Amino acid sequence: MNADATGLTKPRTLAEKVWESHRVVTGENGEPDLIYIDLHLIHEVTSPQAFDGLRLAGRPVRRPDLTIATEDHNTPTLNITAQIADETSRTQIETLRSNAKEFGIRLHSLGDIEQGIVHVVGPQLGLTMPGITVVCGDSHTSTHGAFGAMAFGIGTSEVEHVLATQTLPLTPFKTMAITVNGHLRDGVTAKDIILAVIAKISTGGGQGYVLEYRGSAIEELSMEGRMTICNMSIEAGARAGMVAPDETTFAYLKGRPHAPQGADWDAAVEYWKTLPTDIGATFDAEVIIDGSALEPFVTWGTNPGQGVALSDKVPNPTDISDPNERAAAERALEYMDLAPGTPMKSIPVDQVFMGSCTNSRIEDLRAFASVIKGKKLADGVKLMVVPGSARVRLEAEAEGIDKIVEEFGGEWRFAGCSMCLGMNPDQLQPGERCASTSNRNFEGRQGAGGRTHLVSPLVAAATAIKGTLASPWDVS
Amino acid sequence: MEAITSITGIGVPLTRSNVDTDQIIPAEFLKRVTKTGFDDALFQRWRQDPDFVLNKEPFTHGTVLVAGMDFGTGSSREHAVWALRDFGFRAVIAPRFGDIFRGNSGKQGLLTAVVPESVVHDIWAAIDAAPGTEVTVDLVNRSVSCGDVHSPFDIDDYTRWRLMEGLDDIGLTLRHESAIDAFETHRESWRPTTLPAR
Repeated sequence: MNADATGLTKPRTLAEKVWESHRVVTGENGEPDLIYIDLHLIHEVTSPQAFDGLRLAGRPVRRPDLTIATEDHNTPTLNITAQIADETSRTQIETLRSNAKEFGIRLHSLGDIEQGIVHVVGPQLGLTMPGITVVCGDSHTSTHGAFGAMAFGIGTSEVEHVLATQTLPLTPFKTMAITVNGHLRDGVTAKDIILAVIAKISTGGGQGYVLEYRGSAIEELSMEGRMTICNMSIEAGARAGMVAPDETTFAYLKGRPHAPQGADWDAAVEYWKTLPTDIGATFDAEVIIDGSALEPFVTWGTNPGQGVALSDKVPNPTDISDPNERAAAERALEYMDLAPGTPMKSIPVDQVFMGSCTNSRIEDLRAFASVIKGKKLADGVKLMVVPGSARVRLEAEAEGIDKIVEEFGGEWRFAGCSMCLGMNPDQLQPGERCASTSNRNFEGRQGAGGRTHLVSPLVAAATAIKGTLASPWDVS
Repeated sequence: MEAITSITGIGVPLTRSNVDTDQIIPAEFLKRVTKTGFDDALFQRWRQDPDFVLNKEPFTHGTVLVAGMDFGTGSSREHAVWALRDFGFRAVIAPRFGDIFRGNSGKQGLLTAVVPESVVHDIWAAIDAAPGTEVTVDLVNRSVSCGDVHSPFDIDDYTRWRLMEGLDDIGLTLRHESAIDAFETHRESWRPTTLPAR
């Protein structure tokens, strides 16, 4: 416990507690703190140059036992037993395999039951837990903050740094509370909360902050829902988002392969219960949202902050006062081929993508299936459903979700990042419009010239039925 | 890493805000396993347009990029920094950067200078009036200048020092190896390990 000058214990936030418990060296004279990393997740795209750096310097991986790798960004979602057709993709995967072998790192390869999107795999194995630090060369590492961990994306130089030292030099973050009061209505989900948050604070609003999501609407979310929210913290400019651990967290973790057991479990839970932000702790900034008033949300533009309620219309740039935002809106509407004033629900789509580290967990697939069950895919619309991991895929198949998707008219695929970023063959064609449960609607993100509307699994399902952007309220 | 004190070169106006790293380098170019050879991939989609600034002289020889608000948001891909560097850029000036991008730049010797938005607009105007105008980013004095435009810029002390000394981050951290060893002796047994699975 740290005490202030009066000898009283200073109330601290969740983020401050995790930070302080991982400080190896306190930075002086403007130097950053040196922070210990409990868990390092690796994938094929951002690691090859880091391993090369180690080899050049003759350095080993300091803690292979705190490091784990999976293949996700490049992997095919069809014919996973065939050789990967694209030579550069194949080389990148083969490079990860040889690096993992050389440096003694556990790797879950294509075909392994634990293979899948790195941010689905960590929690599913029980490696992600409260009060730890997690990094990965991927900006959506913020996902793991849902457990009350401090988790953030890093670049390849930092990947090499963590491999070599198991630490990172970091400048302390500011803290921002995002309080979501009230209770979500049926049909409104975690995805709608985070899209509304980003629309409110903008893509740069969280820059330099660790966000802590709190309030009744957050406490009532499942772990999957909390992961969806923390996942998109980076889209608000924040490197990390967190939710205080509670009974929901403990129940999710208990019994998972790498979760603590026996006396370790008891000691861990006792410690985890001390982590939530103390009464009287102060945040550097606070945003309050009325969860009861939220509606299903959708983006209209080319950054995740350009969103509106689905019942709303495409905004008119001339109504936007900030000149940057206005110019960005004009560019976005041109790229998206949308006219101001168009009702969002009148916009037809060519594809629906159900997947990504934001929304590909079992609960997401169940929600999606519950809406499409017994219905038919709209004419002319393609649907791809990509589970987040091989294990999620099997779990869904045991529940018959694969059959529901196929009878509906959609494609049931193997696990991976897939069309969230189109590094594998799953891509939009130029001009195609997609309702996507992923996290980024950037120009060309899902394929050159492709147009993306970010939505929840429920909105994706309703849209697949209607063929135009639709709310789950429109199809029930 | 090469030590930097000051960078002077042709300024390139990128008159857009919210330039995410997917625009700086699209995902299909992230499949390579090397750290160089990304110059063709830089802004690849936008470079299909012959009027895009990097397709025009003298900006093909630019070394200082001057961008709008929120440059380098989104993905953590360090390839964005490698692509800028491979094209020839040594510094980027903007009112605000994506956090991860800025961190990556500091590790790779790409200088990122934060200036008020009005200064960016003034530099754009100066370059517009005389394309080819050079921009100086002086790390020692923390100042940018372009024609009649002069402004201080923000960069954290530690990154500035590292860039000026050309220091390797891992080497700096390994000075604290005994502190890391000591920290690890106190690591609780409930904390995660990946080997072996229980």
